[in-house]
Amino acid sequence: MTVERGGRSKLIRAVFPVLVVLMAFMGIVSRLWYLQVLQYDKFHRLSLSNRIRLKAIPAIRGMIFDRDGNLLVDNRPSFCAAIVPEDVKNREALFSFLSYVLNMKIDEIKKRLKGKAYYASFQPRIIKANCSTVEVAKMQAHLMEFPGLEILVRSRRHYLYGKLASHILGYIGEISQRELRRMKKEGYHPGDFIGKYGVEKTFEKELKGKEGGYQVEVDANGRDVKVLRKVDPIPGHNIYLTLSLQLQQKLEKLMEGKSGAAVAVDPTTGEILAMVSHPNFDPNLLTKRLTAKQWKALISDPSHPLLDRTIQGTYPPGSTFKIVTAVAGLEEGVIQASTLLFCPGYLKFGRRSYRCWKKSGHGKITIHQAIVGSCDVFFYQVGLKLGINRLAFYAKAFGLGRKTGIALPHEKAGLIPDTLWKKRRFHEPWFEGETLSVAIGQGYVLTTPLQMAMLMASVANGGKLERPLIVKEVRDIQGKVVKVFKPQIVSRIPVSERVLSIIQSGLWGVVNEPHGTAHRARLKDINVSGKTGTAQVIRIKRRSSQPTSERFKDHAWFVAYAPSEAPTVAMSVLVEHGGHGGEAAAPIAGKFLRFYFDGPEVY
Amino acid sequence: MFKIDRKLLKNFDWGLAALAVVILVVGLINLYSATYTHGKPSHYFFHQLVWILAGLVGMCVAICITDTFYYENAIILYIVTVILLILVDVYGMITSGAQRWIRLGPISLQPSELAKLSLILVMGYYYETKEPIDILPFRSLILPFVLVAILAGLIVKQPDLGTALLLLLIFFSILLYEGVPWKVLGTLVVGGLLALPLLWGHLKPYQKARLLTFIDPNRDPLGAGYHIIQSKIAVGSGGMWGKGFLKGTQCKLEFLPEHHTDFVFSVFAEEWGFVGSIVVLILLFLLVLWGLEVARNARNRFGEVVAVGITAMFFWQIVINIGMAIGIMPVVGIPLPFLSYGGSGMLTNLFALGILMSIRMRERSYPSPY
Repeated sequence: MTVERGGRSKLIRAVFPVLVVLMAFMGIVSRLWYLQVLQYDKFHRLSLSNRIRLKAIPAIRGMIFDRDGNLLVDNRPSFCAAIVPEDVKNREALFSFLSYVLNMKIDEIKKRLKGKAYYASFQPRIIKANCSTVEVAKMQAHLMEFPGLEILVRSRRHYLYGKLASHILGYIGEISQRELRRMKKEGYHPGDFIGKYGVEKTFEKELKGKEGGYQVEVDANGRDVKVLRKVDPIPGHNIYLTLSLQLQQKLEKLMEGKSGAAVAVDPTTGEILAMVSHPNFDPNLLTKRLTAKQWKALISDPSHPLLDRTIQGTYPPGSTFKIVTAVAGLEEGVIQASTLLFCPGYLKFGRRSYRCWKKSGHGKITIHQAIVGSCDVFFYQVGLKLGINRLAFYAKAFGLGRKTGIALPHEKAGLIPDTLWKKRRFHEPWFEGETLSVAIGQGYVLTTPLQMAMLMASVANGGKLERPLIVKEVRDIQGKVVKVFKPQIVSRIPVSERVLSIIQSGLWGVVNEPHGTAHRARLKDINVSGKTGTAQVIRIKRRSSQPTSERFKDHAWFVAYAPSEAPTVAMSVLVEHGGHGGEAAAPIAGKFLRFYFDGPEVY
Repeated sequence: MFKIDRKLLKNFDWGLAALAVVILVVGLINLYSATYTHGKPSHYFFHQLVWILAGLVGMCVAICITDTFYYENAIILYIVTVILLILVDVYGMITSGAQRWIRLGPISLQPSELAKLSLILVMGYYYETKEPIDILPFRSLILPFVLVAILAGLIVKQPDLGTALLLLLIFFSILLYEGVPWKVLGTLVVGGLLALPLLWGHLKPYQKARLLTFIDPNRDPLGAGYHIIQSKIAVGSGGMWGKGFLKGTQCKLEFLPEHHTDFVFSVFAEEWGFVGSIVVLILLFLLVLWGLEVARNARNRFGEVVAVGITAMFFWQIVINIGMAIGIMPVVGIPLPFLSYGGSGMLTNLFALGILMSIRMRERSYPSPY
């Protein structure tokens, strides 16, 4: 069974491997001798209170500019009082000193320390950020007496214009434990700041940069003695928005004191020029450490300042939706440009009577007159001829009922109902009477102000549905362009030029003809086209402290583009509980467009 | 498959078993200290205890299995391992993340652990089939090269650089032990040196950076380089006699990462000093020499190659892990056999030890069961 192998010397086979193993053994032993015996003093000293430490050098977060290079967000130095528990010799003395200098209760200091129990013990815990110069001077003078006390220089996010564009810019905040678990691999540590909302969140990766740090030898009190190795941080990229500071400021001013949203977009590119949601908030306050109380007050505010109404607010579009119904009716051939339909002021359908907003009725009218006068009965009839599914098809083709894909977090899709949806949602068949409500933008239909602005842009640019852009480009710290966001057509709307021109002339009439509902948006020398809308607030949600009359007032809509011949701006305005669109929303659009075309020097 | 009788039991190597038990006890005591937090032992200690018991059961099974059974099923085991590795790879692609585990109900399987045993057994099988030839010529070595390349390639993709490297080291150890023609050896060395710059040119910058850090941890002073310094401080501050059980400071705080797995030796060296370190080193190297003795006395070539492979597996893990802790080896995530925390590693190593004992029991010096 056993075959003796003759070629190799048995001696070599027995001895050689053993020699290799013994050599490895001796190698390790001699290294241990060197470390543990010869170098013992050095390592013993270094091991006392952990003399070699890693200290982070945070990267500078990228800045945010408007489209013309106006600075909107930058960083300011902030002095922070911090405690390194590992080095603290006399806790009570340190706490009472800090309590005196920072004017904080000792309990609060302890609470701040305890809240960061998941930090390693040698990591500094920030007790107070943004210390005043007096506080810093006092701490500096007594630094040597209190081992474990550190003054850190960190940068603080600074939003130059306060509440301006707060929903778009967003804010940053200390990374939560949950975020940390998810992001640890990407180099985040406890205590880091991270984008929580707006562009700060969606462009976190670009803005963040790369953290540096150094290995440092410290003395027994935790003070730096010698820097051993250092890695420089890499600053984050700068973001250039599509917003124009001037236009944004004007639109913010026009919306001041109101609750609602307004969006202005370039219909040729899909770039958003101004985008406002009111009421808004000051990101500078959120970037500071809010107390639990302040935070609770903010999120339970009945006016919901944190809600971005432009993309998260969904409203029935009201009569502005008639644009969709008109396109669908003409394209499907259920009506022609010359078709006359009769409006006696109401439409009897089934056992109910559906009213037109004009009680006396519009009489026999064409589609053009129906758009100009916003006749409900005309569009009821078009809707009935179409049926809900054909109507829903066109609504979806205009981008309604789905997210626009803007680079901002938490966008809502809105809702375009059809038979399938109703079956799934309520397990009920569709009732034709509900088609009537949908045809005039009521009932189940829900849209966001941004969707309506993009719809208007697509009417203005000849039927191209663009993706709304909020960021124009990303540049590195040297100004080299890293990423450009080019206009992107999501889809072409199935609408012919002939039909589109009928719609366009109707929209021109809304603003410029004698019976038009939006004469308040008229400009002297520029042709404006638009459509008003009044969304009924039917459903009563919860009891509120606001007076009932205000709660049930309708939402006012106005969508527009200008100049009518070759549009360069399209917009939507929504005023919550503003009443009639022609009165509450159209003037805001009118004033904004006047500013847009004439510039600030005139007004 | 099981064949055990009184005669075999008499041939049981009690010395090797005793050595293994001593090492396991030392490892447990050390792990107790390494993971001791807030005044009580942590769950790691108890988990490890369970793993050791499970591993010992596995070892007993491995002892009872005859060498013929290992021999006859080597190829099947190899194929199963390759399939599992591919499955892990595909699964990782689906979940778009690094993936080393396969979940089978409550049990997680780590195919890369299995790969070590598969490689060793399949190499034994191959050499056994070539038995009359002593030093295999070049063309007979092509197949083994392909076999190891498939395993290592799949494991590198995971990516688990450490285990892939270990597979290659085991492979070359067997090759050298069994003898390689001088021409082949020369070609390998020269070819490897020539291929290096070519491969290097194909790498992306971040891959180069990772490999350079692997070789020189100081390139990453905030990561691996920092860990090495902390480990050296821990070992060095242990001095001649150590700081004493549970008295280590360096490893208790979070200064030293992975102190219960990759840097478990640093904990030991800090608390037991130079003297303690020498004792544990002697124990570990005694195990390696014992393995070589098993190989030298194996009754056939299969047993010889398998014993060498298992011994090489222990040896390289020991040398790389301790070398890393004392700053003379690159930072690779290779645990210390029988001392590091970890279920998969413990099961694999104890099972391998069982195979070694099984071969030992059926040595040629004893009557052959055939």
